[in-house]
Amino acid sequence: MGMTVVEKILARAADRPSVTVGDVVEPKVDLAMSHENAALVINQFQEVFQGTGQAPTVWDPSRIAIIFDHRVPAESPKTATNHKKIRGFVAANGITKFHDVRGDVGGICHQILPEYGYVRPGFVVVGTDSHTTSHGALGAFSFGVGATEMASAWALGIAVNIEVPATIKVVVKGEFPPMVGPKDLILHLIGLLTAQGANFKVLEFHGETIRQMSTSGRIAICNMSVEAGATSGIVPGDAETVRYLREEAGVTDAIDCVTPDADASYVRTVEIDVSALAPQIACPHMVDNVKPIEQVLGIPVQQIVIGSCTNGRLDDLAAAAAILRGKKVAEGTRMLVFPASSKIFAQALDQGYIHDFMRAGAVVMNSGCGPCLGVHEGALGDNEVALSTTNRNFKGRMGNPTGEVYLCSPVVAAASAITGVITDPRKG
Amino acid sequence: MANVIITLGNDISTDDIYPGRFMATVLPTETPQFAFFDRTDFNAALKAKAFPPGAVIVGGENFGCGSSREQACSTLKGYDLAVVARSISRIFLQNSINLGLQVVICPGIEASVGDKLEITADQVLNRTTGQAFDQVKLPAARKGIMDAGGLIPYTRARLMARG
Repeated sequence: MGMTVVEKILARAADRPSVTVGDVVEPKVDLAMSHENAALVINQFQEVFQGTGQAPTVWDPSRIAIIFDHRVPAESPKTATNHKKIRGFVAANGITKFHDVRGDVGGICHQILPEYGYVRPGFVVVGTDSHTTSHGALGAFSFGVGATEMASAWALGIAVNIEVPATIKVVVKGEFPPMVGPKDLILHLIGLLTAQGANFKVLEFHGETIRQMSTSGRIAICNMSVEAGATSGIVPGDAETVRYLREEAGVTDAIDCVTPDADASYVRTVEIDVSALAPQIACPHMVDNVKPIEQVLGIPVQQIVIGSCTNGRLDDLAAAAAILRGKKVAEGTRMLVFPASSKIFAQALDQGYIHDFMRAGAVVMNSGCGPCLGVHEGALGDNEVALSTTNRNFKGRMGNPTGEVYLCSPVVAAASAITGVITDPRKG
Repeated sequence: MANVIITLGNDISTDDIYPGRFMATVLPTETPQFAFFDRTDFNAALKAKAFPPGAVIVGGENFGCGSSREQACSTLKGYDLAVVARSISRIFLQNSINLGLQVVICPGIEASVGDKLEITADQVLNRTTGQAFDQVKLPAARKGIMDAGGLIPYTRARLMARG
């Protein structure tokens, strides 16, 4: 019987001719990514070695990536001290894929990994962040783990006791209408599947719409696959994957795209036609509470957020800037923009997008996770409403349990910034 | 036998269990103070040590959805609580097993605050209502980790075996 992409990747990483759903494997890890929570990973890692008589040594420093993004620059002495502890560990262990608080190579982990060519098709990637699913956009099997599981990977170089997950095949066809795109597709899909519809499963994306989609869009849909509970989202590597890695990430060595067998077995197939899709909005307080924009028009919004690992790439900023150019953010509404990486920030500066945002009245912040998870900046006031291009809207997510967060695409956020209420960008 | 101390609905996120604004606190010895921080009364009761070890949180579907933050498990483990939920999100389940937090998947569970539950090998018995509910077995792949007492001792043993 044929194998899905993830089955093929796991078979190869576990040195087995084939695997099937439910098999227990221990795949070699190609890349292990952490951010600020490396502080906890280090703690657990050192505990693993206690009493072994062995010095705490990572299995392969070249396969570990650490990117500061959740709280940059540090908002508190506690975070600054965590940063300092991690820097010390990075230096002592010779970890080279390290991105500190910097305006040249800094950024959000899920942008930095693709941008620097750290992820390749066929890789097994683990990350101490649930949105590690993002890297399935490059044809890798990439999933989130906790800090202790990462400590185990740092020590052993494998992911221990992984059950081969079942795969849901998602086939997407049709051309996006104007002002509708990958974010609307993934919100729509999450609404269909529900927040746990893909729990313990992989979403494997196919169809003409996916083949024609840029890597940026693919990152957005794989990023949010976890919001349907998926272990990972994955787009089998193709010509666009190779183009992105060669042209944008500067990769020069061999790229081996893994594709599923024609007779691979799927637990379910979902077909979506995007040609009549409306802009989609995830309403408080669950990501699967998805409605077409018509049902939420006119809701007043105090904070607009454009950015994040989901929608902070250059094409996202370009689309938002085009709407805001020459316009003003509404009185009573504040708008925050945070590009996904310093490189994107610089490109947006060169293209004039940053000026467009600033002249419109938006505040452009350094690259990082920013307000998305309410830990750093851009918190909501009591009972305030945010409209955001980020990926979660759980109660309390943006730092205030009385706040409400609606999720949308960059063009919906930009159009709504001008009016101060949720606004359909197709009627601008 | 243990008392149910709170019953929660579906999709209880890790932001609810351990709000993101406390994520700079990482050590398992320090995280318990922030458990369910925005549920002010429950947080206060936990901190006042109002509940004995083994006390049960009953959850609905998709318990622990969202972030991979391990603090959401260590914060509950710090009080030696148990979680019985209708279904549990993958990363939260894995983190719980890794840290030795008792989690039970029990699709039919019905219980109210104050009910006495008995967790057997394959069922959850509500001794107050007399009802019995079947458990869903945890992933078989995790047995070795649970038997070792968590992922740290498990990995330590693997390291020692390698020599």
